[in-house]
Amino acid sequence: MEKFQILESAMVPLTIENVDTDQIIPARFLKATDRKGFGENLFRDWRFTNDNQPKKDFILHDTQYSGAILVAGNNFGCGSSREHAAWALADYGFRVVVSSFFADIFKGNALNNGILPIQVSPQELQEVFTAIESNPSIQAKVDLETQQFRIDESGIIISFEINAYKKMCMLNGYDDIDYLLSQKEAITAFEQNRS
Amino acid sequence: MKKTLFDKVWDSHVVSSVENGPDILYIDKHLIHEVTSPQAFSVLEEKEIPLFRPNQIVATADHNVPTENQHLPIQDALSRKQVTQLSKNCDKYGVTLYGLGHPYQGIVHVIGPELGVTQPGMTMVCGDSHTSTHGAFGTIAFGIGTSQVAQVFASQCVLVAKPKSMRVTVSGNLHPSVQPKDIILYVISKLGTDSGTGHFVEFAGTAFEQMSMEGRMTVCNMSIEMGARGGMIAPDQTTFDYVSGREFAPKDEALKQKIAYWKTLPTDEGAAFDSEHHFDAADIRPMITYGTNPGMGIKIGETIPTSDDASFIKSLNYMGLKAGSNLLHMPISHVFIGSCTNSRIEDFRAAANYVTGKQKSPDVSALIVPGSQQVAKQIVAEGLDKVFESAGFMLRQPGCSACLAMNDDKIPAGAYCVSTSNRNFEGRQGQGARTLLASPVTAAAAAVAGKIVDVSQQ
Repeated sequence: MEKFQILESAMVPLTIENVDTDQIIPARFLKATDRKGFGENLFRDWRFTNDNQPKKDFILHDTQYSGAILVAGNNFGCGSSREHAAWALADYGFRVVVSSFFADIFKGNALNNGILPIQVSPQELQEVFTAIESNPSIQAKVDLETQQFRIDESGIIISFEINAYKKMCMLNGYDDIDYLLSQKEAITAFEQNRS
Repeated sequence: MKKTLFDKVWDSHVVSSVENGPDILYIDKHLIHEVTSPQAFSVLEEKEIPLFRPNQIVATADHNVPTENQHLPIQDALSRKQVTQLSKNCDKYGVTLYGLGHPYQGIVHVIGPELGVTQPGMTMVCGDSHTSTHGAFGTIAFGIGTSQVAQVFASQCVLVAKPKSMRVTVSGNLHPSVQPKDIILYVISKLGTDSGTGHFVEFAGTAFEQMSMEGRMTVCNMSIEMGARGGMIAPDQTTFDYVSGREFAPKDEALKQKIAYWKTLPTDEGAAFDSEHHFDAADIRPMITYGTNPGMGIKIGETIPTSDDASFIKSLNYMGLKAGSNLLHMPISHVFIGSCTNSRIEDFRAAANYVTGKQKSPDVSALIVPGSQQVAKQIVAEGLDKVFESAGFMLRQPGCSACLAMNDDKIPAGAYCVSTSNRNFEGRQGQGARTLLASPVTAAAAAVAGKIVDVSQQ
């Protein structure tokens, strides 16, 4: 997994609430057997019509907005467990998602793919949306070590929570699977003790 | 210390805890299917590591499979490739596969319980959010992403922080028209789609105690739709009777010992939950959803609520419905009875019971899709196939079908479909399709009437 330490970027605001993983990547695009290329179909049915024409009013087509930080409405990533949603966001270029609430499975999938989910309060989320509205190219800075999300131009400084273990993994680019493989002896002993 | 059902099962599966981090949770059974497993097998290849415990994995093909002509090669090239890849991977790594053509093939959350793979007190995972279904047995069962599928392949464990606990109690007398699906849609409509996030939910009270295993599976299946990792129901005699005699269930003395253990699992009197909710069963009536998340549900006959929230308005626009209006007698063109939520024999018995002696409306296309080959066989054994066919319903072969628009079964853009599946998200059943979630009886009634009807008034 790619390391995550500090990121400075503009933001893309997606104010819709309860964005489910079927919207992030519809099921008909889950037929691949590798992890590549999902970004092309990120938010497919919000981005394109059924005849594959761009829906111009969708936020990803608005050239004012760019960057590696997606700021999304409450309860982002609900629904299906498909990790393809995290792969699609990463492949499109997002490294951070800011929301006031994340669905559990999505949050885990994001962290396992080097995407940092930053949970803020509903009020803070509104402040971030307002800051982007006032200046679409406003820059945010994410510092994982100090657990800070800042928008200096608007005076926004938000401290966010992250589990200490997952933080260590993100900072160093460690995968859970490597940790689990290092625990094989303990796992085997556990199996023997319970049988 | 007094413990909940969830605590008892969780604590007995913790190998160790990472300092300031998650638990290493041991997994008894791992179910896999063709969509979320290929990239996990690739991780084993890339890292050149073995599959740790192949005997604890069961595989099937369900999401991509056609529900007609299953004896022929799958026509869609990408679907065919994914299903073929699953067979290759299972062959290579020695995993039991119930693929197309096998008498045990079916939707992963239907075959696990019916084969006795699912048992009380276990931990189970699958790369599918509806793994919560298996919680009906007093099992800790939850959906995982593909990275975690790879972790379980490599170590038979997942790293996961222990969720909080919630209890939802529904007690009192249920109206005779109310189905298990109505109960869970009612609960989600009251609590919301993010109410269970970070939690495991125990469903308690007489409504669940008196419910069949099929009904309990419907309820626990949809616990993810309130955001919960999983749902659980205490194992009891109904559970033991269901498990006993199934193919992979323990037998004779081993079964007796297991049952003695399973009886120790229910939540201790006085054990504390992080949150509790109580509902009066008598208030519940047949439910239907009007929006694009499963929490947007009402009793059939109630009016759609009003809100100036932008996401709510977007949702109603997609559905082509108006706030303050009523869904009763609204024409519909499609009915789907199936999916991991409602494709077990009891669901088809309930639907067939309603349909007997009636005819489907000529304006409706109605699909009946059994959850497994075993259910399909039982449908024929009980003569339900004749009921459905003579009423004009299409009886198909097992698979996920029109639940998720990943195979050939899709609902056309703009069309209204009364569906027994679990999600009414935008485009879930096909681009532009409009899903109204309901019970099998409400769905069957809509197919007959060609419009939404309230079976509690019939």
